[in-house]
Amino acid sequence: MNTTEEIREGLADILQEVAGLPQAEVQLDKSFVNDLDVDSLLMVEVVVAAEERFGVSISEDDLKDGSTVGDLVRIIQGVLATV
Amino acid sequence: MSSEYAPRRRVVITGTGVISPIGLSTAAFWESLLAGRSGIRRIESFDVSDLPTQIAAQVRGFDPEQYMPRKVWRRIDPFAQYALAAAIEAVEAAKIEIDEELAPRVGVQIGSGYGASTVQQQVTLGLEQKGPRGIGAFTSAASAIDNAAGEVAIRFGAKGPSGAISTACASGTSAIGEAMRWIQYGTCDVVLAGGSDDSVTRSDIASACSARALSRRNDDPEHACRPFDRERDGFIMASGAGVLVLEEADRAMRRGAPILAELVGYGASTDAHHPTAPHPEGAGAQQALRAALADARIDASDVDYVNAHGTSTKLNDQIETLAIRKVFGEHATRVPISSTKSMTGHMIGAAGAVEAIAAIHAIRDGVVPPTVNCFDPEDTEVNYVPHTAQEHKVDIAVSNSFGFAGHNAVAVLRAWRP
Repeated sequence: MNTTEEIREGLADILQEVAGLPQAEVQLDKSFVNDLDVDSLLMVEVVVAAEERFGVSISEDDLKDGSTVGDLVRIIQGVLATV
Repeated sequence: MSSEYAPRRRVVITGTGVISPIGLSTAAFWESLLAGRSGIRRIESFDVSDLPTQIAAQVRGFDPEQYMPRKVWRRIDPFAQYALAAAIEAVEAAKIEIDEELAPRVGVQIGSGYGASTVQQQVTLGLEQKGPRGIGAFTSAASAIDNAAGEVAIRFGAKGPSGAISTACASGTSAIGEAMRWIQYGTCDVVLAGGSDDSVTRSDIASACSARALSRRNDDPEHACRPFDRERDGFIMASGAGVLVLEEADRAMRRGAPILAELVGYGASTDAHHPTAPHPEGAGAQQALRAALADARIDASDVDYVNAHGTSTKLNDQIETLAIRKVFGEHATRVPISSTKSMTGHMIGAAGAVEAIAAIHAIRDGVVPPTVNCFDPEDTEVNYVPHTAQEHKVDIAVSNSFGFAGHNAVAVLRAWRP
């Protein structure tokens, strides 16, 4: 199973790819909308890329407006744990 | 003569931007035109082995990162990237600041013939290969023909009317002409107007080949585009964008703007004849030319330079020459008429905009760009400016655009006199 840090790094790669964000900015406590300027459409791209990378299925309903990178990590881990 | 007409607001050009196969700025483009440099090469960006035409004039060396954040260029088609890059150059050249007060008075009109060709091809292939989840979240916006205009408006905070006129190969000229009306009528004080296209994909080339429109001179790309030469065998597909800052003349003068030329006339018409072939006597082309000259309140004999549509197809070049002869009479044999497509290829929706910019430079520099590869001219009495640029004093220039579906648009530009 992937560690929190491995998933964070994976998400940082994705966010650099789709939004050009420096990887160091993608920290667990950062909110996608408020801190990283990732709007709902960009978020769709992030979720699809994360599903492909981690081999999971993520429901967009689990992500709220203020969701953080850590929240997405936990969703991915939760799904991973139940596979 | 002008007393017959209601007074109207004058429209000037205060900045231009070009992304083309022969230069990634207005200055580089103009220098290549005067040098007679061709942008036509073998297509390397996709497999052409089974296509009858394997050459095109593509934009080369363009780095979107120089103009916009990754987040923006990643979500849009190259045709919108080119438009945005050209708009940035034009706005910087015009030294115009779009503040809160001006914003609602600034329009954006970026014409396109084919729009987001690459994105559309990716959608079709992506849906086939990955299913609906394979389609990106921005595809719906990015695949539309108005996307370039939307992105330009976002970049500059332009809040007046915006959109994309689509009249095939005439789109760039239509966009400029219709934008001129926005200013004349008082809807806008400034419009970022022009055209953009990047229809050099496998599907675009295959469909234009099926229409029997493209040159098949694959073994000699530099000589493949030969407008008004009897050995021509079709046009060359090209990519690019051109954007002009159109501005109400009094406003431009008040702020001490760099005024490049005046846009004095526009005429448009439709052949209503055939999906691809022009009317055999160029009736629609003649009508658009006459309308543009009347709109400019000038006679045909006042024209000092014609930037021809000159695609290098048998039908266009013959019929365009005929139309110019009918409208210009004797003057058709005196006025220089050149096709810059001989070097740029046919940038479809961008063509009219970029060619208007060439006409502006002809006015400013007193030099008209050549028609390269015109060895055996269609009409031996006409000066097609073969091979090399010629010095001419140009006060008034006409730019012709005649598109598929019989869309015709003509713009008239004049040296600025307050």
